[in-house]
Order: sequence, then C-alpha cells, then structure tokens
Amino acid sequence: MTFLTVTPIFLVVGYIIWQGIPAISWEFLSGFPSDGMKDGGILPAIIGTFYLTIGTGIFAVPLGVGAAIYLSEYTQENSLTRLIRIAIINLAGIPSVVYGLFGFGLFVLFLNFGTSILAGSLTLAIMTLPVIITTAEEALRSVPQAFRIVSVSLGGTKWQTIRRVVLPQALPGIITGVILGLERAAGETAPILFTVAAFFLPRLPSSPFDATMALPYHLFVISTQVPGMPIKIQFGTALVLLVFVLSMNLIATIIRYRARARRQW
Amino acid sequence: MKKSPLSQEFIINTIIKSSGYSAIFFVGIIFYFLISQGLPALKMIDLTSLTSTRWYPIEGYFGILPLISGSIIVTVGATLIAVPFGIGTALFIAEIAPRWAREFLKPFVEILAGLPSVVLGFLGIVVLSPLLRNMLNLPTGLSAFTGSLLLGAIAIPTIVSVAEDALDAVPKEYRDAALALGATKWQTIWTVTLPAARSGVLTAIMLGIARSIGETMTVMMVTGNAPVLANNLSVFFSPVRTMTATIAAEMGEVAYGSAHYHVLFLVGIVLFVISLIVNITASAVVFTQTKRSEKLLS
Repeated sequence: MTFLTVTPIFLVVGYIIWQGIPAISWEFLSGFPSDGMKDGGILPAIIGTFYLTIGTGIFAVPLGVGAAIYLSEYTQENSLTRLIRIAIINLAGIPSVVYGLFGFGLFVLFLNFGTSILAGSLTLAIMTLPVIITTAEEALRSVPQAFRIVSVSLGGTKWQTIRRVVLPQALPGIITGVILGLERAAGETAPILFTVAAFFLPRLPSSPFDATMALPYHLFVISTQVPGMPIKIQFGTALVLLVFVLSMNLIATIIRYRARARRQW
Repeated sequence: MKKSPLSQEFIINTIIKSSGYSAIFFVGIIFYFLISQGLPALKMIDLTSLTSTRWYPIEGYFGILPLISGSIIVTVGATLIAVPFGIGTALFIAEIAPRWAREFLKPFVEILAGLPSVVLGFLGIVVLSPLLRNMLNLPTGLSAFTGSLLLGAIAIPTIVSVAEDALDAVPKEYRDAALALGATKWQTIWTVTLPAARSGVLTAIMLGIARSIGETMTVMMVTGNAPVLANNLSVFFSPVRTMTATIAAEMGEVAYGSAHYHVLFLVGIVLFVISLIVNITASAVVFTQTKRSEKLLS
C-alpha cells in the first residue's frame, strides 16, 4: 500500500519535468508574457512570488519566533498559554480561502492598501504564523536546560541568555521551520487571489503597494481561463513553481540534517 | 550599550510578550471580521432563502445547501481514499519498514505534503480528468470523484505524519509483551499497537478531514463547479461545487457591500466554524490521551 502512495509522487514530479522541460529556456525564465499570455516568458510571476515570499518572511519570522520564545522561555504552562496554543491551533486550521477573504476585507478594502504585495504578504504571514511558532518552539525547547543554567550562573540576564546561548543553538531548527513555512506560503493560491494577484502586468512591481503576478496564480489562470493556451507553457510554469517549492524543501532538509550531525548535545 | 541592561531587558520582554499574545489577537480579529461582514447577510436575506436549494447569485438565489453538500461529498470521498492509504503507509513506516527505509520514505511523504495544490489541480485537469472520462465513460471528467481522488492525495501526508508519530509513541513494551505471548507481527499490530495509538490515529484522520474541507484550488479546478444539491448516489460522478471554491471563484466579482458580498462572508463563517470544531475536537483528543498516559505512568 505504501508503494501506491509513494510511486505516484515520482510519477507526478517526473511527468511534470518531462512535459515541462521543453518550455524552459532563458527567454522563458527572464522574459515577459506576450501574445495574450500564450507566448513569451514568466519573469513577472517568478519575481512576484519571490517578493511575496520575502514579504511574508519579514512579517512572519519576527512575530513567530518572538511568540515561540515567549512560549518556551518566559512562561510556565498555565491557562493563558493554553489559550495561546488553542489560538495557534485554530489559526493553523483556518482554510486558506478564508484567509484570502479576511485579507481582502481587512487589508485591501478596510485599510485601503489595495491589491498589493503588502496586503498579500500580511495575509500569507498570518497564515504561516502557526507553522513557524510551532517549529520554533520545539527547536527552542530541545535545547537542554543545562545551557541556560550555566549562562545564568555566569551572570547573564534572561534576554542575554536567550540571545547569546539558546537562540544560536536552536537556530537550525528554527530556520528549517521558517523555510518550510515559507515554502507553503510560496505555493498557496487562495490567499493571494484577491489580495495581490494580477493577471497581466507589463512591468515589474516597484513598490509594496503594487499588485503583482505570482506563479501559483499564473498557473491557475493559464490552465483554466485562457483558451488556446499551449500546453507546453502550462507545464513549464508548473515546473518552475515545483522547482521553487521543492528546492526550498531540499534546503530545509539539508539544514536539518547537518544540524543534527553537528549538535552539541 | 547606552541603556542599562535592565531597562533594555524590559523593552525586549514587552516585545516578546506581545508577540506571544499576537496569535490570540489574530484569531480574534479574523473572527471579528468574518462575523462583522457576514452577519449582515442574515439581515439582507431571510433564512428560508439561505437554506433553499438553489445557488444562483445573479438571480438572487442564495441557497447555501448545495455548497455544503458539495463540500461534504468531496470530503467524504477524499477521506475514504486517504484513510486506508494514509494509515497503511503510516503502519508500514512505523512498524514494518527497516530503519534505513524509514529515513528514505519520510522525506517523500514530506515532498508530497509540499506540492502546491494548484499543481495537483493542474494535473487533475490535464491528466486525471480526461483519463477518468475515457475509462469510466462519463460525460465529463470534472466531477466530485476526480476531486476526491486528488483531495485524498493531499490529505494523505497529513494523516501519515500524525499517525506515524502516534504509532511510534506506543511503548516498545506493549509490542514485546504481545510477541512474548506468541502473537505474530500482524496480530500484534492489529490487536495491540493500533488500539494503543487509537487517539493519535483518530486525531490524524480528523486533521486529514479538516485539510480536505478547507482545500480550495484543487477542488475549484477539477470538481466542475456546478452547485447542484445531491439527490442520489450518481452525483458522485457529476460536477459539484464546494464552499471553498464558491468563495474563491466569486469573491473577485462582488460589489463591496452587496448581498452577494455578505453571503460569501457568511459561507466563510460556516467554513471557519466547521474547521474550528474539527480542530478543537482533534486537539482535545490529543490532550485526553496525554492525561491518560500520565495517569498510567504515575
């Protein structure tokens, strides 16, 4: 039964690679779409996804790691922390399209950011928060208590202990979690549907208030709403998105592996 | 350092404390927003219209029952597929596979988990649905069945990782005791390990269900998007529309403040509440399991 689960993964990835490679060329990766999207390259989508991922990181990482530090270093298990954990579980369980709805209502309309990278990043950041908090907290908790005790006995304050001792030790685990969270954010379509994604923009975004194309949204549109779209380009776009996402996965796995080997406890 | 360490400590502490509370803040603000934008729908459209069986917003029909039934059909189908494969794979990884194979298989499940839903939806349109149409002689390949297959594939990694953790957590003594009493490997798994991991496995299944209900893009691309209320079993092979796809498809076209806009938020509230219930139940099961094992060990 496991083979039936695992083999399709090979088939899926292999098929996309096989069908998509013919479309990949330097022009494809660095050019702009032309001929009503049916020809040309997908550079704006690649850049857009890139910007969105970075934007999500800017908002989600400080907030998420901060929350993880709070949960792991500053509190005991009490009813307040249980409330926070329930909140995190709920955030994790909210469907991605409801995030899109929320982001649209709050950031695009109410706060008047418009369809922008800012709105999209904020929405994706809140969505990524649970993953980052959970993995970062786990990483922080796995640092043995002995490290903290020694630091305090040498005269360090709580924050000094965290900043100079605990955090560096937990860093590989935190980074792995962050990358996996951002990988999810990069591949998501529903939250960006109405908060940032535009179908055809002849120029690259120049400010956080611009809308932008994005790879997942682009794939969605060209495969469902453009008649006569060459199938080669569809597969090519899928391949680029897949490579983007899987390489993040690979980096995270490598970091995790090397950290486990180099760990000092 | 210009400030003394102690006052700097205070500022840092405040920042960290507020990050900690931020999760609660965000859930609250999302909930508040959904309610504030969704409740006006109840004022604009009376309840009988909302529970009618026609969803045709252009003509003013806002019956959400077809949408709920669409979500349920696809989720049930996905669960029927994902649970056997998911639990089977988890069993294999946790109990049967040799150590070296585990390190090999787990990353693969993680890769499957990382596949963006659009990519699977895309493959569904391009590969799966023509295949099913030809194989089963259907009028269209875009149906609840196709959606269930893909959704099952998406839910499998969730089920596998949580179930595998649960099976792994069963103490070795249980298995050793069973084997010592003469049970075969399979008997041990079926009568001892699996029941011991029961709550974890149930949690895994519920999280898989929650994932299926909330999935948007894949269903939007392959389920055909026809909001029709189910009246017999053949509906499984015809197009349906889920709540998630409805929101995604129609939100871009509504006028701010119109009845349609508010009803979409209402559908969002329904989705939010359903996921809330499933997720809280799942985590409550985990909590009780911990409590039970604490009692056993003390």
